[in-house]
Amino acid sequence: MRNTIRFVHKGQIRELEAIDPTQTVLNFLRYEDALTGTKEGCAEGDCGACTVVLGDRMEDGTIRYQAVNACIQFLPMLDGRELITVEDLQSSDGTLHPVQQAMIGSNATQCGFCTPGFVMSLFAEKHGRNSANRQDINNVLAGNLCRCTGYGTIIDAAEKSAEDGLQDSFHKTEKARAALLETLGADPMLSLDCQDKQYYAPTTVEEFSHLLKDHPDAVILAGATDIGLWVTKQHRRLETIIYLGRIKSLKSLDVTNDKVTIGAGVTYSDAWQTLGGLYPDLGELIRRIASTQIRNSGTIGGNIANGSPIGDTPPALIALDATLTLTGAKGSRNIPLEDFFIDYGKQDLKPGEFVEKVSFPSPSQDRTFRTYKLSKRFDQDISAVCGAFNLTLDGNTVKDIRICYGGMAGTPLRAGKAETALTGKDWTLDTVQNAMQAMEEDYSPLTDMRASREYRLSAAQNLLLKFFIETTEPEAETRLVGDLPSGRETAHA
Amino acid sequence: MRNPVSSETEIRGKIHKPLIHDSAIKQVTGEATYIDDIREPKDMLHLYVAQSSKAHAKITRLDVSAVREVPGVAAVYTAEDVPGVNDASPVLGDDPVFAEDLVEYVGQSLFLVAANTIEQARAAASMAVVEYEELEPILTVEQAISADSFVLPSRHLVRGEPQNALKKAENRLQGRFEIGGQDHFYLEGHISIATPREDGDVHIHCSTQHPTEVQHNVAKFLDVPDHSVTVEVRRMGGGFGGKETQGAWFAAMAALVATKTGRPAKLRLDRDDDMIMTGKRHDFVIQYDVGFNEEGRIDGVEFVFSSRCGRSADLSAAINDRTIFHADNCYYFENVSIISHRCKTHTVSNTAFRGFGGPQGMIGVERMMDEIAHEIGKDPLHIRKINLYGKTDRNVTPYHMEIEDNIAAEIIADLEKKADYAARRDAIRAFNKASPYLKKGIALTPVKFGISFTTTFLNQAGALLHVYTDGSVMLNHGGTEMGQGLFVKVAQVVAEELQIDIERVKITSTTTDKVPNTSATAASSGSDMNGKAAQAAARTIKERLIDFASDHYKVPASAITFLPNRIRIGEETITFAELVQQAYFNRISLSATGYYRTPKIHYDAENYSGRPFYYFAYGAAVSEAVIDTLTGENKITRVDIIHDTGKSLNPTIDLGQIEGGFIQGMGWLTTEELVFDGAGNLRTHAPSTYKIPACSDRPEIFNMEIYDAGENVENSIHKSKAVGEPPFMLAISAFNALTDAVGSVVDYQVFPSLDAPATPERILTAVQDVREKQAGYRRQAAE
Repeated sequence: MRNTIRFVHKGQIRELEAIDPTQTVLNFLRYEDALTGTKEGCAEGDCGACTVVLGDRMEDGTIRYQAVNACIQFLPMLDGRELITVEDLQSSDGTLHPVQQAMIGSNATQCGFCTPGFVMSLFAEKHGRNSANRQDINNVLAGNLCRCTGYGTIIDAAEKSAEDGLQDSFHKTEKARAALLETLGADPMLSLDCQDKQYYAPTTVEEFSHLLKDHPDAVILAGATDIGLWVTKQHRRLETIIYLGRIKSLKSLDVTNDKVTIGAGVTYSDAWQTLGGLYPDLGELIRRIASTQIRNSGTIGGNIANGSPIGDTPPALIALDATLTLTGAKGSRNIPLEDFFIDYGKQDLKPGEFVEKVSFPSPSQDRTFRTYKLSKRFDQDISAVCGAFNLTLDGNTVKDIRICYGGMAGTPLRAGKAETALTGKDWTLDTVQNAMQAMEEDYSPLTDMRASREYRLSAAQNLLLKFFIETTEPEAETRLVGDLPSGRETAHA
Repeated sequence: MRNPVSSETEIRGKIHKPLIHDSAIKQVTGEATYIDDIREPKDMLHLYVAQSSKAHAKITRLDVSAVREVPGVAAVYTAEDVPGVNDASPVLGDDPVFAEDLVEYVGQSLFLVAANTIEQARAAASMAVVEYEELEPILTVEQAISADSFVLPSRHLVRGEPQNALKKAENRLQGRFEIGGQDHFYLEGHISIATPREDGDVHIHCSTQHPTEVQHNVAKFLDVPDHSVTVEVRRMGGGFGGKETQGAWFAAMAALVATKTGRPAKLRLDRDDDMIMTGKRHDFVIQYDVGFNEEGRIDGVEFVFSSRCGRSADLSAAINDRTIFHADNCYYFENVSIISHRCKTHTVSNTAFRGFGGPQGMIGVERMMDEIAHEIGKDPLHIRKINLYGKTDRNVTPYHMEIEDNIAAEIIADLEKKADYAARRDAIRAFNKASPYLKKGIALTPVKFGISFTTTFLNQAGALLHVYTDGSVMLNHGGTEMGQGLFVKVAQVVAEELQIDIERVKITSTTTDKVPNTSATAASSGSDMNGKAAQAAARTIKERLIDFASDHYKVPASAITFLPNRIRIGEETITFAELVQQAYFNRISLSATGYYRTPKIHYDAENYSGRPFYYFAYGAAVSEAVIDTLTGENKITRVDIIHDTGKSLNPTIDLGQIEGGFIQGMGWLTTEELVFDGAGNLRTHAPSTYKIPACSDRPEIFNMEIYDAGENVENSIHKSKAVGEPPFMLAISAFNALTDAVGSVVDYQVFPSLDAPATPERILTAVQDVREKQAGYRRQAAE
C-alpha cells in the first residue's frame, strides 16, 4: 500500500503525497505547478484546450503516447504513467518541437488559447500513427475546438508535421523514460486518504472486489470522462473512489470465432480497430464517440455502467445481443445487457458488484449489422438518436431482427413492436414501412436541447428505412461521413 | 537579442507582405500569457457571482448573512454595497451590476462572494436565502411584439414609394423566417483580476475589447475619478464582439473587492456561467414583401426585422441600425421600407458579435433573392446580378449614401468563373436526379459591408510611440489583440514608417494609462484606425529626426532618406540607432502620440441619412452542400471565396480572418443552436450541448483568395481594407446552398421553408414540408 503517487515528468520520477484525490490534473498544473501553458476552456473534456499527453510503457518496452483532457483527469490517475505538457516540447537549447514549427509555419495560431491543446494532440499523433490523411487528422483533432482559424491552417500544420520525418528529443530519451515507467509498474496498490477523501487503485480483481465489499458506496472510476464532470460541473464531493485503471486483467479484449469479450477497463481507443475490423459500423460508431482524448480515457465498461439514456455503445451492443458480466466478492453473474438498464438512472447492479466485462457474438455470414448516430455536429457530439440493427435473413424472410435505439427513452431500448412487425415477414419496403409505423408504439421520446420528440421519432423511423435501403440498394449513396461498411468511401467525407 | 543583424535590402515585417502572428511562437510553447496565467499572489481572493434562477421576478428577500459565516469567505457584496452607480452599461445606464429588486433573466447577478478559493466561494453562495415573487416572463420575439415589449423604439426607414411599387409590381411574394442567435464561444471566458493600489486606485487586468469603457464603468461604479482606474489587456483568448461591453460587470465586481478588502481579486467565469450570464448574437424574425418584374428586377421591397435584444439595450440600437444598413447588401432598392423592432425579453441581453447586426440584414435579402429566382424559374445568381448596385447610377443606398467603390460585379464574375459555378450547378442537378437519398445544393452570395462605427464619434484612435536610445521602439495604441493580428499589422505600419525591422518594435499591452479615451476594438476598424494613429506618431518622430538631421548635418530635408534600418543624410549613411542617439544628445524628444479621426463620415441618425461608412469591403462565396433526406444530416463540402481586403497589410493574417470568419458564420447557420426552455433557462451552456464547428466541419475543398485588384479608393492605411467582420457573411452562401439542396427533393417545385441554424432536425422538417406542399399542389391540380 502506498499513499504517494508516482509518475514520470520531465524525465524524472515525481512523487506527490497528501494530494486531494479529486483535484484535476489541469488545476494541479496551472495553480500548483505554475505550468499555465495548458488551458481551461470548458472543464468538461469537450474543447481540448487542456490537452496533455500521457505515456504508458507497452509490453515491447516502447512508450505509447496518448492525448487526454487534463481538465477531467484526477491527479492520482497519473500514477504509474508519464505526463507531458506543452512546456516540455521545446528543447533545452530553445529549438521548437517539429509540431510547434509546423504550427508556426502554417500560421495556425490566432488568439492562441486553443493552441497548446492542438500542439499536444499533434505531438501524440506524431508519436502514434503519424498520419497525413485528412480523415485521420479530423479524427485526431475532433476534440480540439478552435474558434478563430476555421482549422485550415491547423490541418496544414498537421499534414506538415506528419510528413516532415523529423525526430524529436522524445525519440532519443524514450528508453530511459520507459525504464522509469517500468519501475513504477511494480508499485503496489495505491491508497490515498486526504481531506477525508479516499482513493484506491487496486492492481487485481481480487483486491478490487475486497475494496468494494468494504466500501459498497465507493465510486468506481475508469476513464473519468463522466465522473470527472461530477466534480468539475456538478461540484460534487466524491468521498471514496476505487480506480480500476491499474487492473491489467480488465484491459483484455478477446476475439474468438464465435465471441467478442471486452473487459471493463478497455478504452474506446483500445477497442476501436479490433471492433471496426469485426463490425465496420461499430468502428464508425466509436470513431464518432467524443474525441481522441476522450476515447483514450473512456471505457466501454464505464459507458455501460453509467447508465446513460443515450448510451453511445449500448444500443449497438444490445442489437448485437450482448451479455454483461457483473462481478462481486461472491462471484459473477451474466445477464443480457438490455436487462441491465432498468429505468432512467437505475441499473441492475447490486451493492458490491461491478461491471467486469461485456461479450457479444462475432460476426457471421447470415447477419447484417448497422448502426447510425444522429447529432447536430458529426464529431464530438452526443447522439440525439442512435439506432442499431442486427438482421438475420432466411432467403428474403426475416428470421430474426434486433433493433435498439438510444435517445428514444429513459434507457437504451429495443423496438419490440417494430421487431415483431418484421419477424417472419419478407424483407420488403412494405413490411419495413409497417414496422416504422409500429415504432410509434415502441417509443414516446422527449424533447430536449438535442432534438424534439417529433424529430426523434421520424428520424428513428427513417433510420430503419436507411438500414433497409443499405441492405437492398447497395449502390445507393446513403452516408455523408465515414466509410460505408462495404469499404466503399463516401463521396462526401 | 539586443542587436539582431539588421536587414539592408528590405526591412523585416514590411507591409503588404505575409507575416505570421506576433505571438505565434509564444502561443505554441504555452508562454503567451492570458489573464488567468498571471501568477497568483498568495492573498488572492477568488470571486463567485450568485445568479438569478428566475427569468422575471421581484426579489422579495435576499439574505446573505449565512454566506458571510462560511470559513474562507472574506466578503459578500450586494447592490447595497456599491459606492457609486450600480451600472455597467455601454450607453443607457440599464445594466445593473447587481440586481436590486427585480431580476430579468436567468443568470442575472444577485451578489458576489469573495473567498480564499473558488470552491469555497461557490459553495458559500448556496447558503444565501433568496425569495422571489415570480412574474410572467416574455421570452420570444413573438411574445414581445404582442406585448409591445421593446428595449428601444422601433425604427422605420423609407425611401421612394415602396407601397405603391409593391402594388404595381408584375410579381410579388412574401417570406418569413427565423435566424437563431450565436454564442461567441471565445475559448477564454470572461476574466478580470483587480489589484488595489495606493490612494484607493485599482489596476485591472481584464479580457476586454474595450478597456476605456471598462475603466469608465468601474470608476463610475466605485465613485472614483477615471484616473484612479487603470485597465490593461495584453491579449484575449478570442473576443468576436463578446468582450466589447460584457467584461465591464466582472471588472467592476473584482475592483469592488480589491478596493474594499485591499486584497487582489480574480473573477473568472467558468464556461457555463460565461454562457449563461453574458450576451450573444441577436436572434431575428425576418419578414419581406417584394415586388419584381418578369426578369426578377426588384421594384419595391419591405422588410421587417424583429430582434430579441434581451433584458437591456446594451448595443442593440447600433446593432439593429446595422441590420437596416445591410438589408440592401449589394443590391439597389429604389423603393424600400425597412422596419426594425428591438424586442425586450427576459433573456440575457444580446450584444455585439462579428458583423454586428449586418449578417441578419444580409441574410434576409439573400434568402429573398433565392425565393424570387424560384418564383420565376431562374438561376438565383442571375437575379443577384441584375439587382446589383450600379457604378454611376442606381448607386445610392436606402440611407442616401452614394457608393463610390463598388466592385461587387467584378468579384462575382471572377468567382463565378474560378469556382466553375455554372457547370457545377448543372452537375449537381444531374446528381440529384440520380441520387434518391442524398441531395446536393449550391449557392453564390456576395457581401458588401460598411466600414466605420455608425456612431460617428467612435471613429477616433490614439497611439503612443517611444524610441529608446538604442533605436528600439515601444508601440502602444488603443486597439486590443484578440487573435485577429491587429498588433502585428500596426507594428508593420510603424516598422514601415521608420524603416526598421519589425522586431525592433515592441508590441505592448493595451492600457488606459498610456492611450486614453479609446474606442472598442470593434467594427473591423482596429487596423484602419490604430494603424493610422500609430503611423501619425511614427511620422511625428520621423519628422523630428529629419529636422534634427537636416540641422545637425547641414543638409536640406530633401537629402535625408530613410532606408531599411539606416538613414542617408546627404552623402553619409548612418544607422537608425545612431541617428536616434545623436538626436537624444541634442535634446530631441523621442516620444510622440498619434491621433486619427476617420474623415468624410457624417450621419443623421434621425433621418437615416448621410455617409455612415468611410468605404465598403466586398467579397463573394460559392458554397456546395449535401443533405441526407432521411435524417436531415448535412455537410458543406466545398467553398470558393474571393474577398476584397484592399491592398492587404498582411495577406497571411487576412486569409486567417477570411477563413475563420466563414467557418464561424457557417457554424451560426448550421450546428450552433441556442436552446432556451419555457422558463427562460439556457439549455445549451457548454460545448457538450452547444456545437461550434469542429475540424471535420471545415469543407474538404476550401479555395480562397484575396481579390487581386483590391485597393481601397479611400486614403485608408496603405490602401488596405478592414477584414474582421465582412468574411463572416460569406457563409450565407452555405445556408442558401442547403436551401437549394432541400428544394431538389421536389425537383425545385416548392421553395423550402428553412430557419437557421439548419440543424439536421430543421433540414428534415424542411424536407418533409416541401414534400407535403408538393403533394398538396398535386391534390389541388387533380381536383
